[in-house]
Amino acid sequence: MASVHVATTVNGDVTEFVCQPGETLLDVLRNRLGLTGAKEGCGTGDCGACSVTVDGQLVCSCLVLGAEAEGRKIGTIEGLADGDTLHPLQTQFINHAALQCGICTPGFLVAAKALLDRNSSPTEEEVRFALAGNLCRCTGYDKIVRAVNAAAKDVRKQQARVKKAAGKRR
Amino acid sequence: MRYEAPTTTREAVSLMAKAKGKAFVLAGGTDLLVRMKSGVIEPDLIVDIKRIEATQSIKQTAGGFRIGAAVSGAAMAKSAALCKAWPGVVEAANLIGSDQIQGRCTIAGNLCNASPAADSVPAMVAAGAKAVVVGPKGRRTVAVEKIATAPGKTSLAKGEIVEAITLPKRPAKTGDAYLRFIPRSEMDIAVVSAGVCLTLNAKGEISKARVVLGAVAATVVLVPQAAKAIIGSRLDDDALAELAAACGKACKPINDMRGTIEFRTDVAGVLARRAAKIAYQRAGGK
Repeated sequence: MASVHVATTVNGDVTEFVCQPGETLLDVLRNRLGLTGAKEGCGTGDCGACSVTVDGQLVCSCLVLGAEAEGRKIGTIEGLADGDTLHPLQTQFINHAALQCGICTPGFLVAAKALLDRNSSPTEEEVRFALAGNLCRCTGYDKIVRAVNAAAKDVRKQQARVKKAAGKRR
Repeated sequence: MRYEAPTTTREAVSLMAKAKGKAFVLAGGTDLLVRMKSGVIEPDLIVDIKRIEATQSIKQTAGGFRIGAAVSGAAMAKSAALCKAWPGVVEAANLIGSDQIQGRCTIAGNLCNASPAADSVPAMVAAGAKAVVVGPKGRRTVAVEKIATAPGKTSLAKGEIVEAITLPKRPAKTGDAYLRFIPRSEMDIAVVSAGVCLTLNAKGEISKARVVLGAVAATVVLVPQAAKAIIGSRLDDDALAELAAACGKACKPINDMRGTIEFRTDVAGVLARRAAKIAYQRAGGK
């Protein structure tokens, strides 16, 4: 088995690693890069616990080879907060107690972020469809959906503030 | 195992053709990696085709559309022109899995995985899609329905890969649609499915039609008798009943945990009727 050398970007940091050709991106993140936020639930792309973004596109990292990361931009749950400042999604997940055991939570947050990036005013139905690839066996989903809608409101407020500030500068 | 990510189709073909042992093409990986992990396959070589320019984009050509073999379902949904021309094909592709899967899965992969329940395939066949196949002996364009020969088996020779899927330019007064039955609202494999594409004449009668069923035989089935049943009609009740009956006759399904032979045979007709109605409306029929 010839190892593969990969140069990539993870959460904005230039990163290099060596992995086996059949090794998944999930295993690389967890076992080689120490980024254990993404979880292995099913390993077959059904549960979404391993959700990350590759070049901005939401994917299951268990169905991506580490070797495929060459030259791409990977985004993981570890890149969601801005230093000590939590992302509105994280804050609202806490406020709404939208987690119990927590295994699915990183995947939900990454998937919800991908949703809010393309649609900051999702309806409840849109949230439920967008998160259909993330399974939670504890919460019953309602609290998660409410947390995402609350975070969407926060994100919209943030966007309005940024827009206003930009307007003033002009 | 070796991993290769060539940047030209020629290189990819050469790698596949010269491979000793088991070689597999990697596009979205949503089937391949699952099969690798479950131990169903143990590849000696994986050829990732996503770095090949010809596989990466959707191009509008004089003849219609050319969808690269590495274009994801999510990328198809973002192409306004494709969604407008072939809504049935895009909807079928977007039914596959979750948003996470949509970020990776491809219609070329869906085709080459050769599952009789593949969602995008009946819609592609109905629309008259073709596969651009490149191999050691050159390039050929073949109707999508000629690719799968049995569950998991294709007509591709050693070294041959699908570089792109082409869709014709949508003829005037033409509409397509795809429907599937699953016991849940999403994230499931079709128990039965139906794709319909039809064209109307100046009088609003159906002049051309293609009716295709999925998950009711070893491969997706094109049902010319069902098309015949609605050609010349305005999709009145008699024509729809004849369409459903022809679909039932074309079914050779199996009993499994997802559905019985009787259920699949019956629902094939129901879905074909409903898909035909949507296609008719999209074609401008009233």
